[in-house]
Amino acid sequence: MSLLKVEGLSKFYDGETKVLKDVDFEVEAGEFLSVIGPSGAGKSTLLRCINRLVEINEGKVIFNGLDVGAMKKKELRQLRTNIGMIFQHYNLVPRLTVIENVLHGRFGYKSTIQGVLGRFTEQEKEQAFYLLEKLGISEHAYKRCDQLSGGQQQRVGICRALIQEPKLILCDEPIASLDPNSSKVIMDYLKSISTEMGITCIVNLHQVEVAKEYASRIIGLKKGEIVFDGPSKLLYGEQIENIYGIESRELITV
Amino acid sequence: MDAKQMRKNKWQTTIFLILIILITYLSSFITNFNLIESIATIPAAFSWIFSNLLITEESLQKLPQILEKLGETIFMSIAATTLAAVVSLFLAIMGSKTTKVNQTFSVIARFIASFSRNIPVVAWSLILLISFGQNSVTGFLALFVATVGFLTRAFIESVDEANQSSVEALTATGATYFHMISKAVIPQSLPQMLSWILFMIETNIRSATLVGILTGTGIGYMFDLYYKNMNYNLVALITFTIIIAVIAIELVSNKIRRVIL
Repeated sequence: MSLLKVEGLSKFYDGETKVLKDVDFEVEAGEFLSVIGPSGAGKSTLLRCINRLVEINEGKVIFNGLDVGAMKKKELRQLRTNIGMIFQHYNLVPRLTVIENVLHGRFGYKSTIQGVLGRFTEQEKEQAFYLLEKLGISEHAYKRCDQLSGGQQQRVGICRALIQEPKLILCDEPIASLDPNSSKVIMDYLKSISTEMGITCIVNLHQVEVAKEYASRIIGLKKGEIVFDGPSKLLYGEQIENIYGIESRELITV
Repeated sequence: MDAKQMRKNKWQTTIFLILIILITYLSSFITNFNLIESIATIPAAFSWIFSNLLITEESLQKLPQILEKLGETIFMSIAATTLAAVVSLFLAIMGSKTTKVNQTFSVIARFIASFSRNIPVVAWSLILLISFGQNSVTGFLALFVATVGFLTRAFIESVDEANQSSVEALTATGATYFHMISKAVIPQSLPQMLSWILFMIETNIRSATLVGILTGTGIGYMFDLYYKNMNYNLVALITFTIIIAVIAIELVSNKIRRVIL
């Protein structure tokens, strides 16, 4: 059985603007999947439908055999602990320390009181330091997040997602605000997460080249519709042109 | 802009100035206010101040009592402000667009805030004086109510300004509503909130004197008492201690602000 199944998913804002139209795909456990497409194609909305940060209008999202759209509050929390998320702007709490931000990833497992008082077990703290070590930012553990560079902040974001012990990680344009060097570091980490830890990754990307280099499979999204779905080596110039429209071809080959 | 336009603008300015002068003249005529006469009284007023409002050795003997009352007033202001801050925090979280639980609570919270804010602290003390009588609770409540109104308003703005992206991230991890409030919203708006609380403590110490005159408590009552007894030496001493206290507190809170921001 596949880990994630999206069936006929549609989403519209204000009842009119259709952002996603009848999207169908399946993701097997351990896959490294990339979703590409121009801005406004619905990539972010698609990701947010999977963990229901955005409500689903039509169709179904089935994660691990459970219908995401029909979930009640408690089940939804349970679901979200199984799905980590990484954002373009890292979405850390800037005034808190790195280690505090990493431990925020454990809130899904905490009762309200435990979370508000910040009661974390020794094991959780050790795990947090282990992850910071693994991503090479353990020396910054007690620094405030707003003192770190973009690439370092994104690594904190990855730690926060990993400490959830997720089955799936959703990455919404993880490298769109980073310089080429940091981008490579982040993409390498994401790749190693999927190969070493066996965590499924769905990565939204602008850059076709990056997607082709890292992802084993690519989904091309255009105006809310899937126009390409297949192994990344089968994505050629013609399809890229189709996804992005002819006028932006020069942009892509850069 | 051509020459014609410029000339027109010049004319408009002139007409506007003439209008202001006319209105000023008219209002002073209606209220029997004579500018020349009032300017003429200034030297006399100052000579009265300098000959009567003198701190004498005799009045200094009352200093311990004055300081005690002053301390009472300062602590009352701080207590009223901090308690109001706690209430305001709840109202602000209810009232803010980004953290509200539902529309009804939001409207109620905003209504309470604007209701208590738009009635001046003087009016509050007089209203509460009738129902609570002449004691320190009245003064405390007057400051409390007015502060809740102001702080709720200020806190709502701080909460609204807090970055929503970390709230989204916490939601994605499966955090509950209270996790988000306590770990994402409050850490981001806390420095601003503390700054507002400090500002409100300063303001309240100043208003506490006025409230005290009205409700018969603290340093304000003492001021009122000696003023009515025409013991101007003590009035001068009280005024002086209040000024010193307010300046001291302003300096301290500026220092605190610099550390937290």
